[in-house]
Amino acid sequence: MSRALIVVLSLLLFGAARAPLEHELTETHRRLHFRAVDFNLDLREQLGQLGFVAALSGFRSLVADAVFIQAHVAWERTEWGRVLFLFRQVTTLQPRAILFWDMAAWHMAWNASTAAMNDPRQPRQALRVKAAREYFALGKDFLERGIKNNPDRPELYEALARLYRDKYEDHARASEYFARAAGLPGGHSYAERFAAYELAQCPGREREAYAQLRALYDRGEQERLPTLLRRLKELEIKLDIPPVQRIPD
Amino acid sequence: MNNRTHRVFSLRRLTAIIGNTFTGLTRLKIFYVLLLFALLLIGSSVFMAQMTFQQEFQVLKDIALGAMSLFTSLLAIIATARLLPQEMEDRTAYTVLAKPVSRFEYLAGKLFGVLLLLGLSLIAMSALFFLVLTLREQSVLSETARQMSNAPPEQSAEALRLVRASAFNPNLFSGLAVIYAKGCLLAALTLFVSTFATSTIFTTIVMAFVYFIGHVQPIAREYWMQTNSAGWLTKSFLAVVALLFPDLQSFNLTDDVVAGNAVPLALLLQTLAMGLFYTAFYLALAWAAFFRKEL
Repeated sequence: MSRALIVVLSLLLFGAARAPLEHELTETHRRLHFRAVDFNLDLREQLGQLGFVAALSGFRSLVADAVFIQAHVAWERTEWGRVLFLFRQVTTLQPRAILFWDMAAWHMAWNASTAAMNDPRQPRQALRVKAAREYFALGKDFLERGIKNNPDRPELYEALARLYRDKYEDHARASEYFARAAGLPGGHSYAERFAAYELAQCPGREREAYAQLRALYDRGEQERLPTLLRRLKELEIKLDIPPVQRIPD
Repeated sequence: MNNRTHRVFSLRRLTAIIGNTFTGLTRLKIFYVLLLFALLLIGSSVFMAQMTFQQEFQVLKDIALGAMSLFTSLLAIIATARLLPQEMEDRTAYTVLAKPVSRFEYLAGKLFGVLLLLGLSLIAMSALFFLVLTLREQSVLSETARQMSNAPPEQSAEALRLVRASAFNPNLFSGLAVIYAKGCLLAALTLFVSTFATSTIFTTIVMAFVYFIGHVQPIAREYWMQTNSAGWLTKSFLAVVALLFPDLQSFNLTDDVVAGNAVPLALLLQTLAMGLFYTAFYLALAWAAFFRKEL
């Protein structure tokens, strides 16, 4: 009996010694955005008991994959409501997987919105446009939440920039997000050019865009791509740049 | 003068017990069933992955690392749980302990035998995983190269770089190391439980509970350490859970590794050190429980 007591006391003492270390490790995980999943009743309701227990037991990514495959099947059947529901689960379970956020946004803002715009069951165009806009907003919401969970990854900033450019035609926002993507480690080299291209389409910001495009041009041959040259030429004319300062034809 | 005095600890005796334990474990059918099942799951992940669009590497890595984590944990618990009760039942433990072998050597030999088995199983599973990953990577690379044959060279190179980056990243090794550390912890804890357990099934059931509670332990600990509004009964309960059970969530870095996130070296070393700390403590505790046990 006394031996059992000593063992239990040792376990408690060991627990007390390691608790601050474990707490520190958890804090490090939080700082690095690891363990970003909040195991609460909402998730329990979404996943069902078995999925919730599996996710709690360290098989979160496996459960996320299983749900993702279900979402893929729902997409093939064009069940957009189910695609949205399942992608919400996937992204809740694996908030650090960029591809899941990107896919979820792509399905909503591109596929579901196009399906809504071409919905033969809805004869009123205004309602079709409204439905499509709602899907754009859902796509945007996925990307914004994805960025919140992964602020250091450029891919989602770039995806959000494309969404602003192609779906909202908001070139100022598109430029802002391309620029943010370019400023992050691992950002694509073209993101900086794209930021300038989008800025060139913002009324009143042409001079700023010209300065950026010219700076890119001055970096050398590798940046002097046909689109960049064309945009520079357009801005030179628009801003009435003196001939001596213009780029050669 | 021939030194025939008995030493309290002998590496030769320990190695003999490790070898004996390892050989005994490899003769178990359950080991082959588990390993085969894990290898089948990892191998088949390449076909499962083809079901998805543009996500094949993610799914492949998820399934493979999930399978490795599950089977390493299962092996650690099942292989260790049967060691002591089985040896008591077969009377092998009495034969060994009647010889000049200390109980610590005996327990440490048993544990390291299991850890050797876990290490080799993980190497076998990892080898298959990397083979499957490389085969899929080569297939996707050749397909991408074919599709990009008319594109400018820099675009083609960028596409190929992206395929390579999404298939393989050095962080996968960090994930494997953490899976092994978790396996070591579970094996040591199972050994400790089996020192006072009466049967293999009891140890296995206790460890199944420990496994689940260990994964929610951080939630209990954070509430215990940070919530002031809870009553003393709730706080005491949370404290007991936090202090008695290991934090197994700390060893779940594979979710982030698969997602392509870098695990900083300091965090990896901290996690591995925590695993070592747990393993050493549970081994010491097992020895303390086994030291004066009536056999």
